[in-house]
Amino acid sequence: MKNSNRLASGGLIDRAKPLSFQFDGKTYQGYAGDTLASALLANNVQLVARSFKYHRPRGVLTAGSEEPNALVELRTGARHEPNVRATMAELYEGLNARSQNRWPSLAFDLGAVNSLLSPFFAAGFYYKTFMWPAAFWEKVYEPLIRRAAGLGKPPLSDDPDSYEKAFAHCDLLVIGAGPAGLAAALTAARSGARVILADEGPMLGGRLLSDRRIIGNQSGLDWVKAIEAELGSFPNVRIMPRTTIFGVYDHGVYGALERVNDHVATPPAHEPRQRAYRIYAKRAVLAAGAIERPHVFGNNDRPGVMLGSAMRTYLNRYAVVPTKRVAIFTSSDEGYATAQDLINAGASVQAIIDSRKDATISAPKDVPYFKGAKILRALGNRQVQGVEIELADGSTRILDCDGVAMSNGWNPAVHLTCHQGGRPVWDDKTNAFLPGKLPAGLSVAGAAQGHFSLKDTLTDGFRLGASAVDDLGFKAHAIAAPDTDPESLAHIPLWRVKTSKGKCFVDFQHDVTDTDIELANREGFRSVEHMKRYTTLGMATDQGKTSNISGLAILGEASGRSMAEVGTTIFRPPYTPVALGALAGHHVHKGFRPTRLTPSHQWAEEQGAVFMETGLWLRAQYFPKKKNESWLDAMNREVEITRSKVGVCDVSTLGKIDLQGKDVGTFLDRVYTGTFSTLPVGKVRYGLMMREDGFVQDDGTTARLSENRWLMTTTTAGAGKVMAHLEFCHQVLWPELDIAFTSVTEQWAQYSIAGPHARDVLKKLVDPQHDMSNEAFTYMACGAITICNGIPARLFRISFSGELAYEIGVPNRYGDALIRAIMKAGEEFGITPYGLEALSTMRIEKGHVAGGELNGQTTPRDLGLIKMVSQKKDCIGKHMSERPAMLDADRPIFVGLKPKNPQAKLTGGAHFLDKGAKPSLDNDLGHMMSVAYSPMLKSWIGLGIVKRGRERIGDTIRAVDFVRGTEFEVEICDPVFFDPQGERLRG
Amino acid sequence: MRIPCPFCGPRDSQEFSFLGQTGLKRPDPNAPDAQKQFHDYVHIRDNKAGLTKELWLHANGCRSWIVVERNTLTHEITGSEFASPLTKEAAQ
Repeated sequence: MKNSNRLASGGLIDRAKPLSFQFDGKTYQGYAGDTLASALLANNVQLVARSFKYHRPRGVLTAGSEEPNALVELRTGARHEPNVRATMAELYEGLNARSQNRWPSLAFDLGAVNSLLSPFFAAGFYYKTFMWPAAFWEKVYEPLIRRAAGLGKPPLSDDPDSYEKAFAHCDLLVIGAGPAGLAAALTAARSGARVILADEGPMLGGRLLSDRRIIGNQSGLDWVKAIEAELGSFPNVRIMPRTTIFGVYDHGVYGALERVNDHVATPPAHEPRQRAYRIYAKRAVLAAGAIERPHVFGNNDRPGVMLGSAMRTYLNRYAVVPTKRVAIFTSSDEGYATAQDLINAGASVQAIIDSRKDATISAPKDVPYFKGAKILRALGNRQVQGVEIELADGSTRILDCDGVAMSNGWNPAVHLTCHQGGRPVWDDKTNAFLPGKLPAGLSVAGAAQGHFSLKDTLTDGFRLGASAVDDLGFKAHAIAAPDTDPESLAHIPLWRVKTSKGKCFVDFQHDVTDTDIELANREGFRSVEHMKRYTTLGMATDQGKTSNISGLAILGEASGRSMAEVGTTIFRPPYTPVALGALAGHHVHKGFRPTRLTPSHQWAEEQGAVFMETGLWLRAQYFPKKKNESWLDAMNREVEITRSKVGVCDVSTLGKIDLQGKDVGTFLDRVYTGTFSTLPVGKVRYGLMMREDGFVQDDGTTARLSENRWLMTTTTAGAGKVMAHLEFCHQVLWPELDIAFTSVTEQWAQYSIAGPHARDVLKKLVDPQHDMSNEAFTYMACGAITICNGIPARLFRISFSGELAYEIGVPNRYGDALIRAIMKAGEEFGITPYGLEALSTMRIEKGHVAGGELNGQTTPRDLGLIKMVSQKKDCIGKHMSERPAMLDADRPIFVGLKPKNPQAKLTGGAHFLDKGAKPSLDNDLGHMMSVAYSPMLKSWIGLGIVKRGRERIGDTIRAVDFVRGTEFEVEICDPVFFDPQGERLRG
Repeated sequence: MRIPCPFCGPRDSQEFSFLGQTGLKRPDPNAPDAQKQFHDYVHIRDNKAGLTKELWLHANGCRSWIVVERNTLTHEITGSEFASPLTKEAAQ
């Protein structure tokens, strides 16, 4: 049994390197150089898969990336990968593959019962069969369909391998390393141009690896070797095997996937499995070749039915006779070449069935030969056991065979030419769709252009390689194409055998038959785009590489239109499936969302802080004293100590923008609602920033450090957006202003020291020459100082907590030392560090707006801050925020909310309704934006917007949260819950 | 897509962020119909199919706001320049 279909010699496999592999638990042997498909065929494994819808037995149809049938699951555990084309999977020692979409086994698949139900599974069956009742969709139909139809299962754990993104640049990108591609690359390389030559396979040569040809005075293989060697000698040439160009994007950008380590069991250390490239190419030559067309006849999907070109590939490249008694079904002279290769390999050609009545080519000696004949159906189930043919005179007969080789002409691989919107054009001479409008900089050579003969292919390659680089100013020397051995390519396509018996598959992967297409036409889906979607023709992972054109032809026949009239759908990227992991590259997990750490992070970790993510930042949420202290207890403690003694918080994450120039004041007047030009040096002012549409986008304080130097702070989350906004205002709106600014967020570590003892702590740190008294350094003062014996620092007397508070900034490298120094200085006053929870609670107690309120849907008026909008000047957003509807008294406005029951746990997002009002849009009064438990008030409190809220202070309304299922009575109150006179912060 | 930044040269579009149509003049805030003008300035766009001038920010680059001349039908880019006339002048 071992390699029973392997020839004793020949092929491009390495017989010195036998490899063992498993398929469905059975161990087999192949050789280095095999694909999984060729190794399975060498072992006479014909049945390799079950089809998508009908679970029909399927074998290997092709020898390339267009394979629709032989999809398997490869590898095990976390490396398990579904839907791998066996024709592309290179064999390695220990390869483990399994068939998919079958139960309980490949040979006996219960799902095949779907075949009996096929009348229900015809085109559009989803729309018709499962119309009613609607509730059945979710509960019955969908689970049923999902279980019955499908491909492989996805892996359930994280992929342990890594993927990379890479970039490459060249003058000329050559796509495909067959004869045309090699010729193009050689001409360009000799001119000195930078060339990238990419091919999806592991070896250069294209069809020359599969057909025994003569070029000049040497074999095709020797010609490939010579060119490969010469290309390898150029420093300006990069050869990229196992690399698929999967997409053409604007401006000469090509997407490429390099399968760096798919051909080994596991990637070596520090190497990725795959690498996704963006290749920037000034010019490109598409030399992707062509894909042979199958015939559409009864049971044409039985294992053993194969493309003729694929059969020659298995014979010549892999030294495998896929099946030993073959019927050739051809509409092209190429079928005879297949017959000859089979005979040379010692196989039996049972007959040549040529659909052309007037074929002029003669059959090999002793081979039964039928002109004007057709195969009506294949016999057999898990492998072909014969064919029923119809002769020219209409009589039928049964022929014995175990395989069928189909040759029905070629479809140029025009896919990439469509990626910029080009539509292929039907050509009656070549009976093929040829490239239409091409992407800029791309030309098409060889079979992809419909020039199928080897000589024409070479001529194209040499010529287009030269003209592409000549365009760029290189001087290419013309190379004349060598002579090649004669070949005969005449063909008249046979789109389907109308008198077929049994199911005739057009799209093998999606189980679409010729009658499905007829049905679509009958039901009015006559446009190719409609037919495609109704039948799902060409919508599987192979994108219909072997099926689309036949499908169009059948639609044309059914609707009485020519191919040119029917036209074609277009191909979109990617050419072949690309793993999302490859597109993501290293941008996963922390590589996708890196963590930004505050200057006090290490210190906070030592204190046992619990951290939370805010944007990319990791900030201390609270500092539990004991292991099991809850966040609420810790927060209460931190607030109480801060409000009664002193606390410290890292506020370095706030955005900081350093602005300089004589016009900064004017600039700030225009971007902030308030006036800044009048701000004296050494003072800080709070600012509210709108977008031009009148909604608040950010807030923060801006300090005037000197006459022409200012420091703006933004919210943590808004820093990036504000920076881009300011750059827009400066560069686009008011370039005449003399200003320059840059982000210094990461250059400064900043701590807020807050509480009655804040000044006492500060005094111990600040160098003695600075007067820190309340009179000398007043509320909203700022200045440059030195601390701890000469370390430069900036001090701002600003308060978010409502306490006497200072923010002290030092160059980032002193951040860690400063937090430790503050804690030490504060020890005697009972200082506590406080986290985000306490910070947030204190600002809610003070009624300060923050993220929940600055949600992009609130105006200054909505936030109760209309007094902050200066009426003496214009600013960004002013006019828009003052449109009548924005100032409508019915528009909800900012208030505080207190539950009647202090322990009622309010929730953000709850909607407000009057007592007894039904929940409806009309009755909606507004919603809760922020909530906190206030240790000062011993009650939950909230901030939100309520219709006519300011006029309704003291009213009781309901806060209803349908999501969390809570409803509480709340009293509308002033948003400032604590120290409404602001006496503490001035003390 | 590649965008020719007048400062950095041709760069991949993923380095840029898009704002929209350019050539809009911020209205005079003192005009009698300023509110209407601002409404149009904020909301009304030509949304042309064909040759357009657009504002892009070279966010992961030199942080210049640039005006890119692009054909929305073909994605062909026929020119780019600094949005700020002063930078433009300085560059020349």
